[in-house]
Amino acid sequence: MSFTTMEQLKTIGRELAMGSQGVWGSSKEFLELVKTIGEAKSKAEEERIVLAEIESLKRRIQEPDVPRKKMKEYIMRLVYVEMLGHDASFGYIHAVKMTHDDNLLLKRSGYLAVTLFLNEDHDLIILIINTIQKDLKSDNYLVCCAALTAVCRLINEETIPAVLPQIVELLNHQKELVRKKAVMALHRFFQRSPSTVSHLFPAFQERLCDRDPSVMSAVLCALYDMILVNVKPFKHLVASLVSILKQAVEHRLPKSYDYHRTPAPFVQIKLLKILALLGTGDKAASENMFNVLGDILKRSDSTSNIGNAILYECVRTLTSIYTNPRLLQNAAEITAKFLKSDNHNLKYMGIDALGRLIKITPECAENHQLAVIDCLEDPDDTLKRKTLDLLYKMTKANNVEVIVERMVEYIRNISDNHYKTEISSRVIELAERYAPSNQWFIQTMNQVFEIAGDLVPQKVAHDLMRLIAEGAGEEDEDADSHLRSSAVQAYLQILKEPKLPSILLQVISWVLGEYGIADGSHSAEFIIGKLCDIVATRPGDDKLKGYVVSAITKICAFEKAAGQTVDLIPECVSFIEELYASHSTDLQQRIYEFHAVLKLDRDTIASILPMDASCEDIEVDKDLSFLNSFVESALANGSRPYLSDNERRGMGAMTTLASNNDAGTSSLLRFQPYEKPSIPEPAAALVTASHYSQDAIDQHDIYSSTITVSTSSRAPESSSNDGTRLKLEGVQKKWGRPTYTPEAQVPKNPINISDSVKVSSSAAGKEASSRNSSAPPYTERKQPSQEISAEKKKLAASLFGSKAGETKAKPAAKLQQNGTSKKAPAKPTSPPAPAPAPPPADLLDLSDSLPQIPSVDPVDQLADLISVDSSAATSTTSLVEQVLDAGKVATKGPSPQASLQKDSVSRQVGVTPSGGTNPDLFKDLFG
Amino acid sequence: MIDAVLVMNTQGKPRLAKFYKSLSPVKQQEIVRKVYSGLSSRAEHFCNFVEADEIFGARTKLVYKHFATLYFVFVIDSGESELGILDLIQVFVETLDSIFKNVCELDIVFNFNKVNTVLDEIVMGGQVVETNSTEIVKSVQEIFK
Repeated sequence: MSFTTMEQLKTIGRELAMGSQGVWGSSKEFLELVKTIGEAKSKAEEERIVLAEIESLKRRIQEPDVPRKKMKEYIMRLVYVEMLGHDASFGYIHAVKMTHDDNLLLKRSGYLAVTLFLNEDHDLIILIINTIQKDLKSDNYLVCCAALTAVCRLINEETIPAVLPQIVELLNHQKELVRKKAVMALHRFFQRSPSTVSHLFPAFQERLCDRDPSVMSAVLCALYDMILVNVKPFKHLVASLVSILKQAVEHRLPKSYDYHRTPAPFVQIKLLKILALLGTGDKAASENMFNVLGDILKRSDSTSNIGNAILYECVRTLTSIYTNPRLLQNAAEITAKFLKSDNHNLKYMGIDALGRLIKITPECAENHQLAVIDCLEDPDDTLKRKTLDLLYKMTKANNVEVIVERMVEYIRNISDNHYKTEISSRVIELAERYAPSNQWFIQTMNQVFEIAGDLVPQKVAHDLMRLIAEGAGEEDEDADSHLRSSAVQAYLQILKEPKLPSILLQVISWVLGEYGIADGSHSAEFIIGKLCDIVATRPGDDKLKGYVVSAITKICAFEKAAGQTVDLIPECVSFIEELYASHSTDLQQRIYEFHAVLKLDRDTIASILPMDASCEDIEVDKDLSFLNSFVESALANGSRPYLSDNERRGMGAMTTLASNNDAGTSSLLRFQPYEKPSIPEPAAALVTASHYSQDAIDQHDIYSSTITVSTSSRAPESSSNDGTRLKLEGVQKKWGRPTYTPEAQVPKNPINISDSVKVSSSAAGKEASSRNSSAPPYTERKQPSQEISAEKKKLAASLFGSKAGETKAKPAAKLQQNGTSKKAPAKPTSPPAPAPAPPPADLLDLSDSLPQIPSVDPVDQLADLISVDSSAATSTTSLVEQVLDAGKVATKGPSPQASLQKDSVSRQVGVTPSGGTNPDLFKDLFG
Repeated sequence: MIDAVLVMNTQGKPRLAKFYKSLSPVKQQEIVRKVYSGLSSRAEHFCNFVEADEIFGARTKLVYKHFATLYFVFVIDSGESELGILDLIQVFVETLDSIFKNVCELDIVFNFNKVNTVLDEIVMGGQVVETNSTEIVKSVQEIFK
C-alpha cells in the first residue's frame, strides 16, 4: 500500500509539473479527486468523496454555457465515477449531446462515454441513431471509424436496419481500416440477429480475398462464428482457407503481421480453429488439411509463447478432425513437451491437450502419469482443477477409487459453492457408474453429503436410500442385510459428528427407521433416542422432523407387530407433544397418523407397515374393480352413469383414460409431445393422490416407505385396496420415468448429442480397425528417475494401471475405452471406437453430457441397479416427486422424442439407463 | 470472443472496465470484485488462466497478466486462444508504453479517453482487430493529431 501510494504520489508530482491542465487535458480538480480517492483509508471515506464529486458535477453540468472542453472533462469524470460503482445517469444526456459535436476528439469522447454508459436497449439510443447514420457517411474516415465502433455497442436488433445499408457500403471503402471495421460491425449484427445479415454471406466471402490481409483476418472472426452455428454452407471454403493458412505459415504475408518473428500468428490460430470445425467428421476436408498441419508442426517455434499457442491450436485441430496417425503421434509429442515444461501455462495447455488426445488414443495417458500427478498436486488451483477434469475423463473401474478420493479431498478444501456442486455431481456420477462395491458407494455418498451437504440434489439421497433398501439386487438376502446393518452402523458413527447437513440427516433418519432395529443389535429405545437427538440438532427443520416422525412410527409399528410393547422415552414424548401444535400441517398429519397406527391391533399393523418392504411391489387395481358393486348398487338406485371429462365435452374417445393407460404399459414409442399435466381421469383416487402428494411435496420428500395414508381422510377411495396405496401409475406414464442422470447433466444441446451418436454408430466399426492397425504405440516413457518418491509411483500405478496390467490384454483396454470414450456409444460388438467423427465438441465441449456407456464390468451394474425404479415405489411420496422430477427433465430435456425413447427403454427393463440411447446396457444386465 | 477487458490495480480498484456484453452496472461491479478476489490470491508463478464459469458463465476464462501495480485481465470464451490472448495483453501494454513513454497506473487513470481509444483499436465488439503495436500507435496518433 505504502509503496503504491509513494509511486502514485511521484507520478502525481510528475503530472503536476506538467501544469494544471496536464498534457492530456486533465484538470487539477480531477487530479485532486483521484489522489484523495487513492489515499482514502476506508470504503466509507471513498464513498463520501465520490458522492461529493457527484454533487458538484450535477451542479456544474447544469450550468448554462459550459465550454465544450470543460464539458468533455466533466463527462470523463462521470465515466470515472461510474466505473467506481456509482450512478451517473444524470449526465448521460450530455454525453449523447457530445456525439453531435463536429470536433472529432469531442465526438469520439462522446461516443466513448455513451458506449460505456448505455446498453443497446437504453431509451437515449434513439437520439444517437441519426448521428451515427450521418457519421457513417462522413468523408473523414476517422469519423466513420468512430461511428463503426459505436455501432458495435449501441445497435440492437430493431435498429440494425437503420444503419445496415451504410455499413454494407463501407465494405468497399477505400481505406482498409474502415473495411475492416465494417466487417466487424456486420459480425456483431450476426451475433445479435443472424437473420438480418444472412443475405450478406457472399459479401463476407468476397472480403476474404480482400487485397489487405487485415480485412481478411477480420472476416475470419466472423466466419468462425458463422461456422460454429452451421458448418454446411461453408464446406467449400476448406481449400481456400487451407491455402491462406499455407501462405501465412510460409511467411508470405507482409512483415507487419509478424509477431516476435512468428508469421501472422493470430491469423494462423483463427484459421486452425475454423479448420477444426470444418474438418470434424469430414474425411475429405481433413485430408486437405493434413499437409499444412504437418507443416505448422514442423515450423512452429516451441520456445516462444506465441509459437506454443499455434502448436496447441494445431493439436486441438488434429484431435477434432478425421484422424491421421502420423500427425497424431506428433501431436502426442508436443503434448508431452508441454507437460514436461516448467511453465505453468504450458502445463495447463498440456493437460487440456491430453484430455483431447485420450478421447482418441486412451493409452497415451500412461506415458504422462507422473507429469499428471505433479499437476494434480500443484498448489495452483487452475491447474489442479484442470487435472481433475482430465482424471474425470479417464476414470475407469480400476482407478475410480483413487480418483474419487482425490476429488472428495479437493471438495473438502474449497469454499466455492459453484465448483463444490459441480465436482460433487461428478463424484456422484463416477461413483454410480464404477463403484466397486455397495459399501464403498455408500461410504462415498456419505462423504459427499457430509462435505457438500445441501448442494447435493435431493434425488441423490433418494437413490442412496433405494440402494440400501434394495441391496445388490440379487436374491442374496444375507448380503443385503449385512449391507444394511453396516449402513446403520456407519450412520450411528456419523451421528457423533457435529453439524451435519440436513440432507444427510434425512437419509440417516430414513435408514434408522427402516433398518435400525432390523438386525436386533440395537434396541428400539436406543434408535428412537438417536432419532430424537437428530431433531435436537436442527430445531427449525420441518422436513427433517417429518422424516424422524415417520422413522419413529415405523420402529414402533415393527415393535408392536413383533408383539413387544413400546415405551416411548421422555424426549420422544415431548417431541411428539410439540408436533401436535406444529404450524406445519404435514407434521401434524404425520403425528396423528402415528397415533392412529399405534392404536391398531397387531395384525393390522403388520400388514400396513411390514418389515423391510420398502421395495415390495404395490399392486394397484387400475380398473377400480373393487368399486363395481358400489357402482352397480348406485346405478340400481337411479344414479346417472359416469361420463369422463372428454365424453362430457363430446370429444369421444380421443384421449381417454384407456389410451393413456395403454400407452403406459406398452413399450411403444410415442412421438407426440407430452400432454399438459391436467387431470383428465375419472379415477378419483388418482386425483386425490396427486393432490395429496403435491401438497406434501414441499414439506417432505419421503414418507416412510410403507406408511399408509389410511388415516388420511383425503384418500378414502383407495383405502379398500391393498393397503391403500397412492395410485400413481397414470401419473407416471404421463411424465415418464425419472431419468437417472443428475439434472446438471441434462444435455443442453440435443442436436450435437444425437449427431455424435449417429455418426459413431454408423462409422465406428469400419474405422476402428484401421486405426488400431495403423497407430503405432507411443514410445514408452523413460523409466522415472530415482528421485521420484515411491508414494507418487504408487499413485501413478493406481491411477493409470500398472505396466503389468497393460501387457495383460486387449480386453482390458477395450473395457477402458468403452468406459472413457464418451463419444462412441458403439454397439457392443464393435471394437473400441476411435470416434472417427468426433462431435464438434471442441468448442462446445459436451463431453460431460454425452451419453455414456457402461462397461461390462459387473460393478457398473450396481450403478444401474441403484436406479432401478421400483414400480415397487420406495415410497409413495418420493415416487410422486420423482415423477415430477421426471416431468421437469422431460420439459427441459432434449426433445420429447428422446425422453420418450429413454422412458420406454427404461420401462422395458425397469431400469433407468444413465445414457438414454444405449442398448448394450441391458445386454450386460441380462445376458 | 472477448467478453470483457478489465484493468485493475493490486488493491482491486478498477482502472479500465470494458464489457462487450450488456451487463447492468451492478453486475459489472460485482464482476470486478469477483475477478479481483480470484486473482489477488494467486502466486506469481501460477498459470495465467483462471476458469471463470461462475463469474461469466460456462466455458469462460480469465487470462491475466500482472504488471507492477496493475492486473490486465481479458475474459474470453472458447473461441479465443489462451496463449494468444496472453500475447495480446503484451501488445496492449507495449502500445500503452510507447504512447505514454513508460506507462504507469496514473497514466491510465488520467488518460481514460486515450487508453480506451487504444483498446478500441485492438478489440472491437469483442473481436481482435489489430495486433501490431506500431499500427495501433499510428492510428491512435492519427486520431489525437
